Amino acid sequence: MDMFLLEAAINGLLLAGVLALLTLGLNLIFGVIDVVWIAYADLVMCGMYAVYWLFAVYGWPLPLAFAVSVLGVAALGMMVHVLIIAPILSSAPINQLLATGGLLYFLQSFATLLFTTDFRNIGVRLPIIEIGGIYISYSRLLAFGVALVGATALYLFLKRTYIGTAIRAIAQDREIIGLMGVDQRRIYLVTSAIGGALAGLGACLLALQYDVHPFIGNTFGPLIFMICVLGGLGNMIGGFVAAFIISQIIAIGGYYFSTELSYVLAFMLFIVLMFIRPQGIVGR
Amino acid sequence: MNARRIGALTGLGVLLALPFVTPAYFLHLLIQILLWGFIYTAWSTMGRFGLVSLGHGAFMGVGAYVPALLWNYYDVTPWLGIPLGIVLSALLGLIIGYPCFRLKVVGHYFALVTLALGQVVLLSIVAARDITGGSLGMTPRSIGHSWYALQFPEKRYFYAIALLVWLGGLLVWRWIDRGIGREALEAISDDEEAAAAVGIDVTREKLRVTIISAALTALGGALFGQYLMYLNPESVSGIGVSLQIVFAAIAGGMYAMLGPTVGALLTIALTEGLRVWFGANFVGAANAIYGILLILFVVFMPRGILGWLEMARRPRAGPAPAE
Amino acid sequence: MRAWRKFISAGGPKPIMLSLVDVSAGYSSLRALFGVSLEVAAGETVGVIGPNGAGKTTLMRVISGLVAAFAGAITLDGRSIVGVPPHRIVEHGIAHVPENRRLFPRLTVEDNLRIGAFIPAARHHFAEQLAWVYQLFPQLRERRRQPAGTLSGGEQQMCAIGRALMSRPRLLLMDEPSAGLAPLVVQQVFDLIRRIRAEGLTVLIVEQNVQQVLEVVDRAYLLEVGSIRLAGTSTELKNNEFIRKAYMGL
Repeated sequence: MDMFLLEAAINGLLLAGVLALLTLGLNLIFGVIDVVWIAYADLVMCGMYAVYWLFAVYGWPLPLAFAVSVLGVAALGMMVHVLIIAPILSSAPINQLLATGGLLYFLQSFATLLFTTDFRNIGVRLPIIEIGGIYISYSRLLAFGVALVGATALYLFLKRTYIGTAIRAIAQDREIIGLMGVDQRRIYLVTSAIGGALAGLGACLLALQYDVHPFIGNTFGPLIFMICVLGGLGNMIGGFVAAFIISQIIAIGGYYFSTELSYVLAFMLFIVLMFIRPQGIVGR
Repeated sequence: MNARRIGALTGLGVLLALPFVTPAYFLHLLIQILLWGFIYTAWSTMGRFGLVSLGHGAFMGVGAYVPALLWNYYDVTPWLGIPLGIVLSALLGLIIGYPCFRLKVVGHYFALVTLALGQVVLLSIVAARDITGGSLGMTPRSIGHSWYALQFPEKRYFYAIALLVWLGGLLVWRWIDRGIGREALEAISDDEEAAAAVGIDVTREKLRVTIISAALTALGGALFGQYLMYLNPESVSGIGVSLQIVFAAIAGGMYAMLGPTVGALLTIALTEGLRVWFGANFVGAANAIYGILLILFVVFMPRGILGWLEMARRPRAGPAPAE
Repeated sequence: MRAWRKFISAGGPKPIMLSLVDVSAGYSSLRALFGVSLEVAAGETVGVIGPNGAGKTTLMRVISGLVAAFAGAITLDGRSIVGVPPHRIVEHGIAHVPENRRLFPRLTVEDNLRIGAFIPAARHHFAEQLAWVYQLFPQLRERRRQPAGTLSGGEQQMCAIGRALMSRPRLLLMDEPSAGLAPLVVQQVFDLIRRIRAEGLTVLIVEQNVQQVLEVVDRAYLLEVGSIRLAGTSTELKNNEFIRKAYMGL
């Protein structure tokens, strides 16, 4: 088997980790609160800037910068829910799109104001590892590992805890959840915080590998949405699987053609799949 | 002649007189308002019937790049290039629309398909960087004042073109609004199956409106390319542009003919005003405020500014319909 | 566990637990209840019967807080619970088994029961409460890892009742427990209600199946078009001419 192809496939697998994490976050929010956060990728952008700021500008130790960033984006998620989402919960979806779109503009512009449009890198260079002739970026490997841990932690939380069970339940019957003694507003808040935390975690992992600039959300935002829908909107496992499939397409396509073309392929595949099976490949 | 007619004619007269009395800077703004207003109106011909497209950047991109590429590489005049771009764009609308409507891909899913389409066009342009210049953009070869190349350094010419095209867009909007298409489309928007049961060819009506919208948007994109003499994949096909179109059209009120144009007027006025106020130091402030206004707007004025004015004018007819 | 069961089955004079006085309620365009008054004493089992659309479900929802009352007083042990949100009402000891079961279809049976024990007071006793529910409904234990949506109608009703019991309520509201169930299963459900009753729980049942419910309750009210038309002990109502003709087909 072609070594380089294998390498591409493995790197694709590792990329999938971060994408899967972000997909989980978006799916959680959509599945539970039923609102489309089109600005979700921009929350990730904020997290990336937070890491940059704390680590590269203020010189905090990296793990601390990571931890604070994750908590910060979780808090941001809650704030967004309270200020923007909660008031428009019963509005038409198009209005919700407008509101979260306004948030998108706001976050992107605010970041531009603070940091200008320069590309910024936190300057952490992690080594490239060689395993049996294949070169793997250590940061990618780390990102994959953390993503797996994060996903597992989320899974356990949702399965084993009371709040986690309530979160799973509320997506299935919003109206009577109160009869179980569950405060719907509190669940929404917790969900927003977790979604934000996942975005923050994804941000930390992305910051290790990529430069940040105010509009970076536009590059992977549509991709995350597409993955979510492919896996079935709100379907966490489906999103996870879809993330891996799409990452492979991108990695292998990138090997044979160019990176952009591989994305084009992925999106075209998405369109075709939407025609064939709109509820997603795994679907409900 | 009723008040409306007089108002419209006066407005038209003012618009025609403007190039002779306003400085170039304002003409520049007006051209933008007219062209964007035209594009927003084109979008809203689909949007108001429930076909929310998040990927109109695709049509803008095709419409803009096709004539520019043909001109730069083959010396093909935009008078041919632009129609070709329009046709290709309409074709794109057809290719996407037909399966969608036939297979009942609607609502969220339709929006996402259009989003993906926008990305496909964007990334294709970037991928073909050898011919398109990729993310750095490309410049149509300039030959000065020329009808053949549709290039005019003097703004007045473009103003006239923009005005004409904008009026044309309004006419098309009105044609769809008045024609049998409108009732059909509203029926479809409300309840597809019922509409089909009454004999309305759902797919055909939706396709019609999609193709028109795609074609007009392509024209808008092409004209922008010719006017600005610079094309950049992000600025014609990026997700930012696609969203901008959606938001401005809805903010202005996509149920009224002049609504999208009002959206263009307000957003451009806001951007320019803020730029003047904050100066170049605060690049980005405009959009930040725009974003906040958008959020506040959704909470307080869901039917758009014109819609809100409409409701304020009319006496209270009863509780507003649940959205 | 024992403490809870002992408490609710203590003998002595029965104080009024739930009281509705002149309650009016409905939805934004539709008024469903007009000046309804009723009482449930501790340890009693009370029924509310009436035709479709009479407002029975609205009555349950007003008590459990899903619907706000326009007017009137609702008190639990003398304390007003008007305007209290549903998740708080559960903490006061009222559990509502909704119409149509409303289980969480993709959660397992056990998860459905677990969520019933969400409130802190119930969480601490989760294990014993679960054991008791499984004892009452052995079929649930067998199927505890199955998604609740795959259960039969009767099993779903058991699960819904079990879920409500997990919150260790003092008052159980049951909305049409026999709806949509085969006659044999209906019998099982009502046997179950007798058992719950025997444990000393206070129960308020809303039912269309007049014959069955009058065998189980101490007293009942007749609700028609949003108002209480008749009230009395189950014996009195069983022998009432109007009820016999209109609702029992006799």
